[in-house]
Amino acid sequence: MTLVWFVLIPVLGGFAAWALSSLHHRWARWVSLLALAVDGALVGDLLTGGRTGSLVSGQGWLLDVHVAWIPQLGISFHLAVDGLSLVLVALTLFLGIMAVASSWAEISERVGFFHFNLMLVLAGIIGVFLAVDLILFYFFWEVMLIPMYFLIGLWGHENRLFAAMKFIIFTQAGGLLMLAAILGLYFIHGRETGVYTFDYVQLLGSSLSPTAALWLMAGFFAAFAVKLPAIPFHTWLPDAHTEAPTAGSVVLAGLLLKTGAYGILRFVLPLFPQASAEFAPIAMGLGVVGIIYGSVLAFAQTDLKRLVAYTSVSHMGFVLLGSFAGNQIALQGVIMQIVCHGLSTGGLFILVGALQERIHSRDVAVMGGLWTSVPRMGGVGLVLALASLGLPGLGNFVGEFLVLLGTFQANWKLALPATAGVILGAIYSLWFMWRAFFGPQETRWTISDLSLREGAVFGAIILGLIWLGLKPQPLFEVTTSWSARFGEKTPRVEAKAVERSGGNKHRFVLGPTAAISRTQGSQDSNEPR
Amino acid sequence: MLELLWLIPTLPLVGFLILAFAGPRLPRPASALVGVLSVVFSAFVTLVVAAAFVSLPPENRVYAQVLRTWMEIGPFKPEIALYMDPLSLIMLVVVTVVGSLIHIYSVEYMIDDDGYSRFFAYMNLFVSSMVILVLADNLLVLYVGWEGVGLCSYLLIGFWYREDVNAQAAMKAFIVTRIGDTAMAVGLFLLFTTFGTLNIQAVMKAAGSADSATAAAVTLAALLLLGGAVGKSAQLPLQTWLPDAMAGPTPVSALIHAATMVTAGVYLIARTHVLFSVGEWIQPVVAGIGLATLLLAGFSALTQSDIKRVLAYSTMSQIGYMFLALGVGAWSAAMFHFFTHAFFKALLFLAAGSIIVSLHHEQNMFKMGGLRTQLPVTFWTFLIGAASLSSLPLVTSGFYSKDAILWGVWTSARGGWWLTAGALLGAVLTSLYTFRMVFLTFFGEPRQTVTRKPGGFLHIPMLVLAFGAVAVGFLETPLTLGDVRLFSTFLGTALPSHETVYREAGELIFQLICITASVAGVYIAYRLYLRGRQRVEHPTDPPAWAALHRFWFVGWSFDLLYDTLFVKPFLWIARLNRRDVVDLLSIASAWVMEACHEVLSLLQTGRLRHYTLGVALGAVAAIAIMVFL
Repeated sequence: MTLVWFVLIPVLGGFAAWALSSLHHRWARWVSLLALAVDGALVGDLLTGGRTGSLVSGQGWLLDVHVAWIPQLGISFHLAVDGLSLVLVALTLFLGIMAVASSWAEISERVGFFHFNLMLVLAGIIGVFLAVDLILFYFFWEVMLIPMYFLIGLWGHENRLFAAMKFIIFTQAGGLLMLAAILGLYFIHGRETGVYTFDYVQLLGSSLSPTAALWLMAGFFAAFAVKLPAIPFHTWLPDAHTEAPTAGSVVLAGLLLKTGAYGILRFVLPLFPQASAEFAPIAMGLGVVGIIYGSVLAFAQTDLKRLVAYTSVSHMGFVLLGSFAGNQIALQGVIMQIVCHGLSTGGLFILVGALQERIHSRDVAVMGGLWTSVPRMGGVGLVLALASLGLPGLGNFVGEFLVLLGTFQANWKLALPATAGVILGAIYSLWFMWRAFFGPQETRWTISDLSLREGAVFGAIILGLIWLGLKPQPLFEVTTSWSARFGEKTPRVEAKAVERSGGNKHRFVLGPTAAISRTQGSQDSNEPR
Repeated sequence: MLELLWLIPTLPLVGFLILAFAGPRLPRPASALVGVLSVVFSAFVTLVVAAAFVSLPPENRVYAQVLRTWMEIGPFKPEIALYMDPLSLIMLVVVTVVGSLIHIYSVEYMIDDDGYSRFFAYMNLFVSSMVILVLADNLLVLYVGWEGVGLCSYLLIGFWYREDVNAQAAMKAFIVTRIGDTAMAVGLFLLFTTFGTLNIQAVMKAAGSADSATAAAVTLAALLLLGGAVGKSAQLPLQTWLPDAMAGPTPVSALIHAATMVTAGVYLIARTHVLFSVGEWIQPVVAGIGLATLLLAGFSALTQSDIKRVLAYSTMSQIGYMFLALGVGAWSAAMFHFFTHAFFKALLFLAAGSIIVSLHHEQNMFKMGGLRTQLPVTFWTFLIGAASLSSLPLVTSGFYSKDAILWGVWTSARGGWWLTAGALLGAVLTSLYTFRMVFLTFFGEPRQTVTRKPGGFLHIPMLVLAFGAVAVGFLETPLTLGDVRLFSTFLGTALPSHETVYREAGELIFQLICITASVAGVYIAYRLYLRGRQRVEHPTDPPAWAALHRFWFVGWSFDLLYDTLFVKPFLWIARLNRRDVVDLLSIASAWVMEACHEVLSLLQTGRLRHYTLGVALGAVAAIAIMVFL
């Protein structure tokens, strides 16, 4: 039941916030914070409650809720959590709290409804990270879109309706392709085995013809590539991020993009191992292009929010690259990159939002020399910019380094341009610092430095980044069994890994419940086709 | 006492943390106290550790301290560990001791600055990062220190951030060195893929016994690490950032851009010397880079008018000597020159700094002159530093270290007459530009009056360094002058000895040639700038000389070259694509939809006969399809 509460608490908190906001705005904020904190405590208990031992040993799900929903169609209410999901749910709750805290002063209209939408998005995202029934997954996938649409469209900036519309069209189009692929998988699997089911664990064992697998994979990949976003599906992102209110940008960059990454890790690679191995060079190529293209565009922007938005394109390029590199080092790097990008980019959006509250502009042309007026904001900006350019000691470095190292081992030709992208990261990050905080002051700003609330938000984010940079092992331990199972599955890299360790490496079978997938897999492969 | 090793990077780090969080609220003396004491304590611990270390028998002079495993992913488990051997100890002593002196100097130098505690915070962070770089047992940890010092360099070059020029110089330094660092990162990937570890000693051991299959990878890795070294040490082709880095406060130039950080490349190559010995062609490349840089920078130094830029080019040139020595396998000579250079170049910068504060932040030598009597302490200490840089014989440390390099180049199996000739030409240039500086600044007519006399905090570090600039030379003297081998014997357990081939010319004759080169430079400077009063900032005739002068003045136009090749195209593409060409796809699809909507809405006329016609035509079409298909 814990898993159900994970999703339910934010929903209930959202309703409560909406209802209580009629008393006073304050209530909406405090209730939301409380709900997220309670949820966070549940997750924290799971992370630290001595049960991570079972994560390390790598036996199946940590928790599992399975209730029949529409048994006639093989649809069930099936939530489950393993190391990967747990890390992402924890990130969701952390950034959720940051989002509520950062909109404390920004949002003053329809506060209750705002928090209702925010909480609903968070609930949808948590649901996405937990659902292991494909229909349920699709349900949560859509649930997180609608409130996001409202967040952008109602509380956004100048051009908010256009951005909200673009966002919804892009993600809907991708989502529909995924739905088609889900149905395709359902029918093919049903025809092969006689069992019509949407259950992820059972579908893992499907044996598909190479062509079918490629098409179905493409359907899933399309949805996730839009969300991630991968070039050339990224163009919704700068508009949406720029026009959204601060909390919206934080949730978009920190979490919504991560659902795309999660989808690739959870569905594309395990469901279609062969097809995705074949597709890997293309996907990794898209990742490399994203790294470089996003960096160049980030550098060209004068609107700070747009700049940060394009840095996301670049950083998610690393995620795409590492996901398809197919070895454990790259996969752990991807997890680290996902978490750290959530923190650092979320932080940057909050910073830009805080600046906008003070100087009523996001245009670097009116900034410059702000360090003199707001040195603490400058310091925070510096740390976040350094995180963004991958300075060692901060978590982003660990993520990028591992992704590049893993990629180098899988495909050194793609690793080289990706590594060069790191130089571009330095260029836009330092350019951002220069234009905003250094140089002469264009306007004499007399503005207040960080408040206590803002200081706490940035303090938490920066501490998190330093902690992950210096002591990444606790995070890696949570996901280690997941990535080990996984890294060895991709055939191309498997050979190398075995060779290096002397061939005595224990080979896991893909999928959380090893028993099921093994039997299914062997049955299927025995069948002549 | 060796267990105290971890304190050496930790103390300055604690200083940084205190200053970063409490700094703005601390009174100035408290900031200075925290900033200076953290480094002084660190130096003290270094000396204690060094004493314990030296008392070990030579074959046991290695100490490793494993702090913890950083991360563990399958075969990738880098450890955070410190490793001390004679090589890292020498670096460590320089970083902490010279660092302490420069911190003490800064107490007075920066006193009027409103970023006082910020300055000490950055400087402490620098010392900590540099110590991590030097003590790292693992290439990944070394990389942490490597990037850390790069960050501090960026922050301190741009310390006076209100000027755009400074912020731009800082960005340039970071980005140019980052290009080298990226090559180095790829080198790390390659080494890990080849050997399955990044532990320096393990990699060296494995590379030492590399078979022909891995030899190519090792050589390639060495080349990539060389890329990092070249960036950090401002050697060709990534040298362009160093002259601009002089935008930072002078103590920063002394510590980071003369004594320690810029020599990190030399340290890296010495630390990973095994990799550089595997391939045949890689050491000649190092030597070639060194020679080219030392000449290029020497000529540029001749034409500068800003005293700090002369020193910057001079640093580049002296590091060129170190690279040359590394390239011919004169490992210990390279480190010895690093050691003496740290003293005399830091001294020169500090003395230049005391001139600059005395003259109200004037840096142009052509507006100075006659300072000999007005700033006697500065004059004498600067003169000692200058003599050492010019390697004037017998009483300067620079003489012994440069002599060791030149002799090493001449006798090396990898050397050659043209390397030696180039290095000798460099020696002439060195003493020429050095004494040009001395004569322009301290002799001749006074052009400005001293507004502020430097005090004790400036003088004491200068005097200590001046003593060092003379004394450390006697740690290693050539065969003809006492044959003291303290330095190279101490390093002998960490670095291989120099492979020499017998050369016909005796050492004494060779030394006389070297001495002649140095003295010749001083004499030319004397003729041109003291007797000849060649006090022209930018000569105009003859035109050819004016053009050449300008060419050298702008550092052989490398900035222009890189601007044209890289910066401008990048800016052009960025500007061209500011609105994101890919977005045109979605805009176009929206436009097509709108166009279809426009066309179809034309049909909605509201007239009954149009609709009837439509229905009739539709019916005909439908029947036709049914009949004919």
